[in-house]
Amino acid sequence: MIVIIDYGLGNLGSVKNALDKIGTLSIVSKSISEVEKADGLILPGVGAAKEGMRNLKSRQLDKVIMKEVAKGKPILGICLGMQLLMDRSEEGDVDCLKVIKGTVNKFNISLKVPQIGWNTVQWRKNQLFEDIPQGSCFYFVHSYYCSPKKKVIVGETNYGITFCSMFQNKNIFGVQFHPEKSGINGLQLLKNFTKIVYENNTSD
Amino acid sequence: MLTKRIIPCLDVDKGRVVKGVNFVRLKDAGDPVELARFYYQQGADELVFLDITASCGNRKTMIEIVKKVATELFIPFTVGGGIRSVGDMRDILLTGADKVAINTAAINNPQLVEDGAKVFGSQCIVVAIDAKKIKNKWEVYINGGRTSTGIDVFDWVEQVAKLGAGEILLTSMDRDGTREGFDIELTKQVSESVSIPIIASGGAGNISDFKEVFQNGKADAALAASLFHFGELTINELKKYLVDNNIEVRK
Repeated sequence: MIVIIDYGLGNLGSVKNALDKIGTLSIVSKSISEVEKADGLILPGVGAAKEGMRNLKSRQLDKVIMKEVAKGKPILGICLGMQLLMDRSEEGDVDCLKVIKGTVNKFNISLKVPQIGWNTVQWRKNQLFEDIPQGSCFYFVHSYYCSPKKKVIVGETNYGITFCSMFQNKNIFGVQFHPEKSGINGLQLLKNFTKIVYENNTSD
Repeated sequence: MLTKRIIPCLDVDKGRVVKGVNFVRLKDAGDPVELARFYYQQGADELVFLDITASCGNRKTMIEIVKKVATELFIPFTVGGGIRSVGDMRDILLTGADKVAINTAAINNPQLVEDGAKVFGSQCIVVAIDAKKIKNKWEVYINGGRTSTGIDVFDWVEQVAKLGAGEILLTSMDRDGTREGFDIELTKQVSESVSIPIIASGGAGNISDFKEVFQNGKADAALAASLFHFGELTINELKKYLVDNNIEVRK
């Protein structure tokens, strides 16, 4: 079972709908014990970092996520969910979950911000992108982006600057775009994550 | 590189897609969910559903449509028409829409733009503006184009961007349904005046109009209805043409 973590922000239904469509069992939950029992986690997100962290903390979800991730449970952060996996965000100047080293920064470019729309991702070989053609487009909506260490960057996108649109460190995955809104390629990515969850899961 | 978006628009009345000319003379164009599925398969980048009469009965029908679309189609979609409060926004967003479009309600209560952006994030709030040229000025019209507000389009655009709107859906009433092409001058001026994306709407009549509106109109996205509904242009054809003309689109 994959748990889509409910921390009171954003459109959780669309991630659930997408997982239903590809036949992956999932629940939307804010329960600590469900997060502990889960085979894999998805931290979705639309909204602001400060409010996101506040909600995670007030539900004591921050600690359980950190604990489960440290045990090797696969997690996929989507958009704000990806950003919350970092050390710190410039958005509201807030400390995040600190499972990936680095900061979240605001676009400082001459193009329109937020970036809204379909952009390409160039990736290094990765399980998450299996059976997806290189250079495929994904749907982005964001004003901030993650700046992790180079070795965890597996996908990059250009929007005024080249930024990290996907990272991976072992069992920890983050995507800046919304796979649940990226048509068939997005659904394929979620299928690949499901596969990772059930093949690699080392937690019990 | 960020691609230009092609957005079919479905005007919905009593559970059916309809399309008119200059906002009147409505003609039936099919079942909304079926059409949505068709456009999704063809490669539409987003969809917009507008409840054009926004009566009570229509609202329930719209919620049913949103529910079906959200479970079947995995691209972003916007719902507009009759959204008057944060509560209305919540109903639509929780049912599965990604964005709401507000028009008349934003003029009557600009605070709604700010409140919506605060609660759901700017990316959820699309301000729809119906613009009509009166002498040498573009004016904002509301109530489905029936009522003039006397407000200058550029003043309004600036204000809603400040209030936290995530995108502007800009419709030229003079061009709507006429197939004379998008209003390039209007689109370009609005697009250059703000830092949020502009969806150009009204007047798409042939394939080259899209090239014009992206290259000269500086639009971020282009919306069309009848051209797609009545099968004169497919999204595949349009995207191929845009690629041939060096405009980046999602393949």
